[in-house]
Amino acid sequence: MLEELYREIILDHYQHPRNRGRLDGAEIKIEGANPSCGDEISLYARLRDGRIEDVRFEGHGCSISQASASMMTQQMKGKTLPEARALIGDFKGMMRGQAPHEEALGDLIALQGVRKFPVRIKCATLSWVALERGLDDYESAGGAVEGTATTEDNL
Amino acid sequence: MITPALRADFPLLHVRMNGKPLIYLDSAATSQKPQAVLDALLSYYREYNANVHRGVYELAERATLAYEAAREKVATFIGARADDVIFVRGTTESINLIAQTYGRQNVRGGDDIVVTEMEHHSNLVPWQMLAQDKGAAIRVLPVGAEGMLDLGALDRVIGPRTRIVSMTHQSNVLGTINDVRAVAARAHAVGAVLVVDGAQSVPHLPVRVAELGCDFLAFSGHKMCGPTGIGVLWGRGEILAKMPPFHGGGEMIERVEYERSTYRESPHRFEAGTPNIAGAIALGAAVDYLTALGMENVRAHEESLVRYAIAQLSDLPDLKILGPTDPATRGGAIAFQLGDLHAHDVAQILGDEGIAVRAGHHCAQPLHRKLGVPSTARASLYLYNTTEEIDALVRGLEKVRAFFAGRRTGDR
Repeated sequence: MLEELYREIILDHYQHPRNRGRLDGAEIKIEGANPSCGDEISLYARLRDGRIEDVRFEGHGCSISQASASMMTQQMKGKTLPEARALIGDFKGMMRGQAPHEEALGDLIALQGVRKFPVRIKCATLSWVALERGLDDYESAGGAVEGTATTEDNL
Repeated sequence: MITPALRADFPLLHVRMNGKPLIYLDSAATSQKPQAVLDALLSYYREYNANVHRGVYELAERATLAYEAAREKVATFIGARADDVIFVRGTTESINLIAQTYGRQNVRGGDDIVVTEMEHHSNLVPWQMLAQDKGAAIRVLPVGAEGMLDLGALDRVIGPRTRIVSMTHQSNVLGTINDVRAVAARAHAVGAVLVVDGAQSVPHLPVRVAELGCDFLAFSGHKMCGPTGIGVLWGRGEILAKMPPFHGGGEMIERVEYERSTYRESPHRFEAGTPNIAGAIALGAAVDYLTALGMENVRAHEESLVRYAIAQLSDLPDLKILGPTDPATRGGAIAFQLGDLHAHDVAQILGDEGIAVRAGHHCAQPLHRKLGVPSTARASLYLYNTTEEIDALVRGLEKVRAFFAGRRTGDR
């Protein structure tokens, strides 16, 4: 059972998080929180020509939330905003129990095991909710945004 | 005498979790229930289910007698008069009741409401709501060295503008047993009332309201071997007599007209509607169970378990216990951090071993912020726990370290 949750690739991202740190000049800056456990992450994204040029995160959390954020940033770089939204939809769909869109999700499939641990689903979705909130706010503001998001938000 | 033999009284302690014997170390969240409590619940519904204080037929009389007998048992348990014991849903509802009745009646703009830095959200948020409504301020008694209340700050924080002081008797995170009498003396010296959150103390210590010196005491049935959805608010009789009702409805009235009504005396004034009859009767059975064991014995058992647990846990490198380490000054809620591992990951691996601990902020975000930790794992002990279970916890924590060892190099 535990092996389904803590896949090697998840532990690897936890041990060696990719794209960790602040990002100066980011158009999107969101403080994401999971009120059920108190975890908080900051998500930064720099957008150029309708694409996510760079995306980084910092903050603290459990292995699942840190690995999910690390894997997300890796896959988001270079995506157009509609592509990014499609991936967010695919990931949230997988977490809700829908059959995963394997081709789109790639390594993120490893997080599928989290579904068997309902309390941990919010750990996995924290960074995704933050990015989605950032994209929503950016598109409605038509420019740089700073905001907050929580895993309780109904996005 | 508390011996491991009493574990036979608790059916749920014999289930397996994840194929392994359950080691239940989460009684600060909710306790397990002895068979006598389960029997009391079921026998009410099977044998004399009827509403209370209404019918004149035999079943209704029997239900009313049992419900009021439960109130007597609870009153005796805390050294109080039955008329001053109000049945509510739990500690949270008790504190909201005080805030919305006594609080609304007595707190005005510019007044202070004092809490401590180690409060559960349920002893903070109801006061915030009241303070915002009235233009009052929340002031906070700080936690000092080793997780003890800083009593040196009493005279500074509690002053002439203080109307209500509300504090936990025993912290659900640090385990600290607070010096309620010292706070009561200062609160009363300035004319304030003292509310005590006894959710973590009444199940674990002998508690007598007169010895505490408080004006209100709130606690929950489900943390003391009783069912969920039933709890107690005790209030000083002369204060309850002047308090307005909380909820309006049946059972709490004397005479009802279209424009106005008159209300009954305590406790009925504060128990509108059909109460949790089965819950109250089963709480009475839980009180019988605890009384037969003797609360002095329960406390002595837990103190010796805490002594053992702290000694064993302290042997683990990287393990940091929050709160006091002297068993005489603390209860059985032991929050800890294991290296830089996240509490969720610690609790998940322990759960796989059949060990139930809690992870998170334990409904005490301001305290965790002060301690500089986002979340902690918490093992909490009760009368049915054993030293063997603490040994299993220590072995489980060693497994947690092994699981993540080598995978974490620390270069984040």
